[in-house]
Amino acid sequence: MKVKVLSRNPDDYVRETKYDIQRVPRNYDPTLNPFEVPREYTRAMNATKLERVLAKPFLASLDGHRDAVNCMAKHSTSLSTLLSGACDGEVKVWNLTKHNCVRTIQAHEGFVRGMVVRFCGTSFYSIGDDKTIKQWNMEAPGYGVEEEPINTILGKTVFTGLDHHQKNGTFATCGQTVDIWDEQRSTPIRSFSWGVESFSSVRFNPVETELLASCASDRSIVLYDMRESMPLKKVIMTMRSNTLSWNPMEAFYFTCANEDYNLYTYDMRYLEEPVAVHVDHVSAVLDVDYSPTGREFVSASFDKSIRIFPKENRNSREVYHTKRMQHVVCVKWSADNKYVMSGSDEMNIRLWKANAAEKLGVLSHREKLAANYNQKLKEKFQHHPKVKRIARHRHLPKHIYTEAKEHTVMREARRRKERNVRKHSKPGAVPMLSERVKHVVAVVK
Amino acid sequence: MASAEVALKHTHVEKKKKVSERYWQGSGEEKKDEAPGESHVPGDQPAPLGSQTNQQTSASEKKKKYKAEGRHGKKAITRKPDPFPGSAPVPEEKRLKFRRKMKIDQVPRHLFKLRRVVASSQAESEITEKESARHDQLLLQEDAGFLEGDEDEDTCTISQEDIVDAVDITAGAKYFNLDLSQFGPYRLDYSKTGRQLLLGGRRGHVACLDWQTKQLLCEINVMETVNDVKWLHSEAMYAVAQKKWLYIYDSNGIELHCIRKFNDVLRMQYLPYHFLLATASATGFLQYLDVSVGKEVAAVGTKAGRLDVMCQNPQNAIIHLGHSNGTVTLWSPNQKEALVKMLCHQGGVRSVAVDKTGTYMVTSGMDKKLKVFDLRSFKPFQSYFLPAGASSLALSHRGLLSAATGDIVQVYRDVWSTPVKKPYMAHKVHGAVWGLHFCPYEDVLGVGHGEGFTSMLVPGAGEPNFDGLDSNPYRSAKQRQEWEVKALLEKIQPDLISLDPGKLSQMDYATFKQKHQDKVNALGYDPLARDKFKPRMRKKGRSSTGGVIRRKNQVAHEDKREIIITTLKEKAESAKERKKNDNGQTSAVQRSALDRFKKRAAP
Repeated sequence: MKVKVLSRNPDDYVRETKYDIQRVPRNYDPTLNPFEVPREYTRAMNATKLERVLAKPFLASLDGHRDAVNCMAKHSTSLSTLLSGACDGEVKVWNLTKHNCVRTIQAHEGFVRGMVVRFCGTSFYSIGDDKTIKQWNMEAPGYGVEEEPINTILGKTVFTGLDHHQKNGTFATCGQTVDIWDEQRSTPIRSFSWGVESFSSVRFNPVETELLASCASDRSIVLYDMRESMPLKKVIMTMRSNTLSWNPMEAFYFTCANEDYNLYTYDMRYLEEPVAVHVDHVSAVLDVDYSPTGREFVSASFDKSIRIFPKENRNSREVYHTKRMQHVVCVKWSADNKYVMSGSDEMNIRLWKANAAEKLGVLSHREKLAANYNQKLKEKFQHHPKVKRIARHRHLPKHIYTEAKEHTVMREARRRKERNVRKHSKPGAVPMLSERVKHVVAVVK
Repeated sequence: MASAEVALKHTHVEKKKKVSERYWQGSGEEKKDEAPGESHVPGDQPAPLGSQTNQQTSASEKKKKYKAEGRHGKKAITRKPDPFPGSAPVPEEKRLKFRRKMKIDQVPRHLFKLRRVVASSQAESEITEKESARHDQLLLQEDAGFLEGDEDEDTCTISQEDIVDAVDITAGAKYFNLDLSQFGPYRLDYSKTGRQLLLGGRRGHVACLDWQTKQLLCEINVMETVNDVKWLHSEAMYAVAQKKWLYIYDSNGIELHCIRKFNDVLRMQYLPYHFLLATASATGFLQYLDVSVGKEVAAVGTKAGRLDVMCQNPQNAIIHLGHSNGTVTLWSPNQKEALVKMLCHQGGVRSVAVDKTGTYMVTSGMDKKLKVFDLRSFKPFQSYFLPAGASSLALSHRGLLSAATGDIVQVYRDVWSTPVKKPYMAHKVHGAVWGLHFCPYEDVLGVGHGEGFTSMLVPGAGEPNFDGLDSNPYRSAKQRQEWEVKALLEKIQPDLISLDPGKLSQMDYATFKQKHQDKVNALGYDPLARDKFKPRMRKKGRSSTGGVIRRKNQVAHEDKREIIITTLKEKAESAKERKKNDNGQTSAVQRSALDRFKKRAAP
């Protein structure tokens, strides 16, 4: 007779001293772990609920401006520094970790229209309604020394937008024309214009650094190559775009914030049709900024809210608002991908988390694992109706809520009418146009 | 074998006679043959033919290894390349155990985003599958028990005493009898980890003990008839079905609750992942009690009279009830009617058991038959005739079936795969058997009978390797508390109980189709419709007309091929079916010459 009966040695299963960690022998046999899917579903549900409970995105409000904030600039090398310009010509430098203002400059008379930090981080430029471009030192002057710009250029017309080249000492402004400036000269080295119009914003491409794009008041977005004397091409839309932002990772994509409450992501090679249309705002979109990963962007709107969109999605994944926040004029996504800054009409700059439920600070290894696991679970079960309902639920201010409802009614009416027209006309006479095509009027080369 | 001869000739040269076998040598026999031929063929001796070919293959193999080496770019300090680069291979049949589902068919090309997602998720699941199989292969500590007789010795003739003599003391101590003749017969239940034992005597005696250390935790007499006892989620609480109501006691024997909504309970089952206590009563009601919040979840009137045969399917938490008319019914708390009704026996059903994997159900009836059913198709697999009939059944983790016939407990092995002639083990107890339970993770079968309780050894019954996060017999109090919190957090809602628990991760096609139809109606066109393929024009004259047509045709051909493949498959299947049917027909009735004028049914 041969026999063996299970007889475990407890020493193999129990820790030796109480200072050791507990032993947990695993057996991944699926029959020993039944209800795999329902349990995962329950976990996903819990994770989703917890995410909503922990979603506290608002971090701080930076007050100190005496007029509406009109523009902001990220520091190119320091994460904790933010610059902001107000409508009374005041420029403030903020320390984001301490939530305080470290420096105040009365830079311009009238609005500060644009600001940009030089790529090296030692100085920054500002433009204002007083037709000047000023270069400032990033270092504050010594005690008792008056704030003076390093350099001042007096332009002929009002400037409305400003951006600096990524690598060398050139910058671009826009106003009645798009001008390219050399830092050493007081006159533009190149001037672009395409018909009579005025421009509202200009942005350098972060990868193909000689390319730039601008939004014009004749409802067009114009692309330029700095090395050429003529603009490359432009796309004319049904309504005017306010600003645009290049995707820093896939730099052939850019997203523009339009007056028709939508944002449009274009591929610069094929302007005939936007890659994606981003809806959800209920008023004109005023500013847009990409996250440094290039997967999401944040938009600021006249409807007193900011929204975060995944780059290919039609709808936003997040909406931030507070009772006191008025029309949001400018918005920036921090370079560490963790925060969003918004500047609004009621003189405040607000600091938000980019992921509302994210835990800030140093995470332990197990915390990180748990967060990753929960993230994956939420992703896996995101289409289940109960999970989806919880994950999507957001509280909206009454005016946004009612207006959004109104818009759906209007959209539905338009669609119904089109359907009826199609029904009563010759087949093929009323073509089926997708939402993306509708908003492009023409592409000019 | 020629190469083996060569190896024999040179045994005196080798110092080590037998090289211990490694895992990489285990799989293929050819490799073993190769090894000596490879290393010890001397130059002056004429090498046998067989070994020469071996040499060639080995040379090519070496080259291959070297190539692999170069690719990995690792080189040992001794300059000897690692002969076994990479991790040990995992055989396919071991991976099969962890395979969650079949591979998804190729996603069509125009859904390129989905395609990417599917590809990455498939790669991930493959990795987990491989890693779990590797864990299974290397890191499981224990091997299962077994019992083998000598030649012409039946294992069922081996007595418990013989086994106890043959095994070590700790294992031998697991065979013991408790003489409790006063309050019997006894029902019993082991806790989920298998450490605690709960005994309930018919005449009111309730005791719980740590059966391995034989330490008594509590002992009470409820002064009433006890119909059934059951542990709840941990060792701290248990439920007792008494004459009238259902009671809940803690491990010190203090009455925590008397639940008056549950009356005349005869049998209970605890669903550990749902925190549900399912009870079957003499009045024909199947009731579910949520023990985490103390609420009745569902009460189902089965309209089938007295319910005293009950078991659960551990894979999907469906309750199986046996009835006096020979049917077995399957119940979930979400439906007022039975999910499945099966006629299993002539005469009443005496006992039901479902195995760990949830694929087989074993029933015994008044017709003295023992039947095995396949729960996937609800069809009988095997049918056995037991002269005395089995009064109660129990299935172990590793699929051993114990059947109590009067005062004899028989254990069978492999009842579903092959027709069994003889029991694996048999043991006689003192009174009629009343309760039967395998202890989880131990080779122990607990038998409650008229004269008390017997714990008998059944080698090979228990799962040797437990999952520490699920149920750990060696857990500390702290670990138990943490487990409890975790388990409560992932308590599955009772409305998720269904025949297929994996349904939740599958596509709901019906709803999807309905939703899609609604959308099409609302929009006036199909948003998911595939556009006609339009080849992109290439720049600077590189897009010739011929090229455009070629690209167009390429796509068209691909689509066509898909269609052809599917239709061919369908045709082959239907042909097979037809052939099958034809065979049946010809054997049953000869085809008559006039059949050709009959109207043929559509294929």
